[in-house]
Amino acid sequence: MTRSMRRSAIALFAASVLGGCAAAPSRDDPFEPMNRASYAVHEVVDGYDVKPVAQAYDDYAPKLVQTGIRNFFGNIDDFFSFINDMLQNKPDKAGNDLGRVIANTGFGLLGLIDIASDAGIPKGNEDFGQTFGYWGIPQGPYLFIPVLGPTTVRDGTGLIARAYASPLSYVIVDVPTRNILYGVGFVDLRAQYLETDRLVDQAAIDKYTFIRRSYLQRREYLVYDGRPPPPKEED
Amino acid sequence: MMSATKKSILRRAAPLFAAAALLLCSRAYAQEGPDALVKRVSEEVLQIVKTDPKVQAGDRERIREVIDTKLAPHFDFERMTALAVGRGWRQATPEQQKQLVEQFRTLLARTYSNAFVQYKDQTISYKPLRADAGATDVQVRTEIIRPGQNPVQIDYSLTKKGNEWKAYDVIVGGVSLVTNYRDEFNAQIQNGGIDGLIKSLQAKNAGPAPPAPTVK
Repeated sequence: MTRSMRRSAIALFAASVLGGCAAAPSRDDPFEPMNRASYAVHEVVDGYDVKPVAQAYDDYAPKLVQTGIRNFFGNIDDFFSFINDMLQNKPDKAGNDLGRVIANTGFGLLGLIDIASDAGIPKGNEDFGQTFGYWGIPQGPYLFIPVLGPTTVRDGTGLIARAYASPLSYVIVDVPTRNILYGVGFVDLRAQYLETDRLVDQAAIDKYTFIRRSYLQRREYLVYDGRPPPPKEED
Repeated sequence: MMSATKKSILRRAAPLFAAAALLLCSRAYAQEGPDALVKRVSEEVLQIVKTDPKVQAGDRERIREVIDTKLAPHFDFERMTALAVGRGWRQATPEQQKQLVEQFRTLLARTYSNAFVQYKDQTISYKPLRADAGATDVQVRTEIIRPGQNPVQIDYSLTKKGNEWKAYDVIVGGVSLVTNYRDEFNAQIQNGGIDGLIKSLQAKNAGPAPPAPTVK
């Protein structure tokens, strides 16, 4: 980022904090002015630095490489999904996810090939945030973190728990190698949201509000494994 | 040989027969359950996406035509708009309501046409319907399966309107289209009233067409 861009990001942040005060407070988003400011910064940083890299990766990296990277990190996701299946007392899902990790690590070149999906074993997609929700912990205030995106206090805590566990740090001892791997994983993750970006650009009048509602709905849906309670009628 | 009276009775009864036949037909049509309707329309549209060269080339006019003729007739846009606008709906005048429906419909069609061609390689799996026989409000669950990617759940909320089922919400991966717009619309109404919302919808719809989607 150049200095002038950084300055404009700071100006945007300030402007948004001030401008955001006019917005009506929302039950889910008590920190809306601050979050809107973070979102404005995110738009600048992401738009100039992260998104172009992800777009280039999406356009030019060979499909086979992209699939391999996605599968490799997906395998780690499956491992965490297994842990969270156990924490939520879902033995069937736990069996599937553990089976996936064993099959893909053992026979799928350390996770580069997702043979478990080809064999029809479904991904559990559980995470710590969902486990906390399953335990009855409320989502807490909505947060928008620049570069990382939308989250809540509950889900963010889950992400920190996961980052702390970091299984890669036990497997790959060399720090620079590990950091490169994390970087590649991040770019790949960002690339997966390019399609969603286009949709939001087209669909939303106010992208911030649109993203917030989408995120909260999606998480609620995941916590209840696809059967959330019917939404409360607006008063 | 038929007597004159018999003939005239038959002649008089003919419209009745025709009416009865029509009634029977529409009955048969109405018996298409919500799940069957979703399946028929989805497969029809998917078939077009997979085979129509114009759609595949991203021809916006053709895509809009497919949406208008194949999909739109099965949606209850008025109900969708009322739900998305929420509390403000009853405060709106009939003229404002009409404009809201029109603008929202355009916005949805534009958004959908953008996402259209990306689903070329997909197959759809239809979940068994879980509803009572007499239910008039149901949810039909489907799952989009794309090679090498996580499946996406798409659920449709439908309600029975007369003899026909009409969809009033689409829920993608747990994200309800209608609910998603409610926050946005509320904020717009708070800032500029119903007319403010209509204006921002118009501005959004008049904006430049989004970049052509890339087909991979």
